[in-house]
Amino acid sequence: MLPDSPLLSLHAAFTRQFVRHMRSLMASPADVANPLLFFFMVVTLFPLGLGPDPDRLATIAPGILWVVALLASLMVSAKLFASDFEDGSLEQLALAPYPLAVLVLAEVAAHWLTTGFLLALVSPLFAIMLGLPEQGLSTLVASLLFGTLCLTLIGAVGSALTVSIRRGGLLLSLLIIPLNVPVLIFGTTAVTEAVIGGNPESWLALLAGLALGSLALTPLAIGAALRVSLDS
Amino acid sequence: MWTIIHKMGSPPWFFRFSGTLVRWLLPITIALLLVGAVWGLLVAPPDFRQGNSYRIIYIHVPAAVVALAGYYVMALAGAVSLIWRIKMADITMRAAAPVGAVLTAIALVTGAIWGKPTWGAWWVWDARITSMLILFFLYLGVVALFEAYENKTAAARACAVLSLVGTVNIPIIYKSVDWWYSLHQPASLKLTGESAIDSSMLYPLLLMILAFYCLFALTVLLNMRAELVWAHRESSWLKQLAGGA
Repeated sequence: MLPDSPLLSLHAAFTRQFVRHMRSLMASPADVANPLLFFFMVVTLFPLGLGPDPDRLATIAPGILWVVALLASLMVSAKLFASDFEDGSLEQLALAPYPLAVLVLAEVAAHWLTTGFLLALVSPLFAIMLGLPEQGLSTLVASLLFGTLCLTLIGAVGSALTVSIRRGGLLLSLLIIPLNVPVLIFGTTAVTEAVIGGNPESWLALLAGLALGSLALTPLAIGAALRVSLDS
Repeated sequence: MWTIIHKMGSPPWFFRFSGTLVRWLLPITIALLLVGAVWGLLVAPPDFRQGNSYRIIYIHVPAAVVALAGYYVMALAGAVSLIWRIKMADITMRAAAPVGAVLTAIALVTGAIWGKPTWGAWWVWDARITSMLILFFLYLGVVALFEAYENKTAAARACAVLSLVGTVNIPIIYKSVDWWYSLHQPASLKLTGESAIDSSMLYPLLLMILAFYCLFALTVLLNMRAELVWAHRESSWLKQLAGGA
């Protein structure tokens, strides 16, 4: 993978890793579209289950959109490290002369750009279908941008812990859902506040703080967890 | 100092040391539990609003307090095992997880039983109940992750990583659930209200909390000893011990 000495700088290694993952993710557009499709379909289930009353849907729309985003992120994090673990490239990463946490962050960043980031961008479409008042739309996008970054990073910890376990999917949701509770609360509250004309900024700031905190800390946990999975 | 830590890491030494500890801790725990229960359930005065039903706090509150502390014990043991690779820390973590999960379950069930006469409902999405439920999920996650790994050394390290991530998260979870609850302002249901608890009720409660701490330590120690016996069932020091007894 590293063609010639001298060693690449850490920055170059990060970029190379990021580009490699973006390429492999873009190679299968269906995999990128699937989470969005999942989001779309589950959102459709709610009016079918709760009835089409627009007022009621509008009140609970922030909660619906956020819960579905959480489920979608849970679904995709199950596969985050799976193929790299199977084909042995994780093993190579662990042997590389760079901190595993940094290389893994490149992978998670590419993953987030093709899932959470896209999901946040298309979310207004689904919000309008649920009748979310327009003043909530920009906050929804902003909260999902920060929020899905947290969800992806925490999901990556869970994925790294369960990647070597057969049928780890259900276990993954047990590990991750309790850790995602603050993200869900801050996200739905921000959107609700924006809809009722309150003050969403403080909640967005909390979400952003959470995102930055996870960005700083979770790569260490992901790296440690991957080493455990490789050893087992 | 270092020799003590080294000794702690040696299974035969720990087995003998914990044996002595259990011999002292067992009668103390039983005595504390008995005194606390009799004091709280029979001697302490009934509450002027809730009558006798409030007495469940003598089980409910200690279980909840120790359940939360138990998670930190588990995470601390996890950190020790990750950093210094001490086998006994693995075993401590492994032994503490199910005990903590059971304590959390006790707190949830007694909370529901208490809620029925007080609030008229078995389950209310109160901030404290909800945080307790999430703590229960966190414990179950650690237990399930440990069971899922076949290689138990890897399992212990994976659980250590998970419990450390959980430890960073617990204060955030508690705070966020607090805000979530205060924002939604349901009918004004307050657990005990702001009014300070009277000392005639407080002292037996403190005693019960102490008793539950002892009970937790005792159960974890017994769990660890069982674990050690199973892990070293072929080794000579254990056979010697069993033969000598």
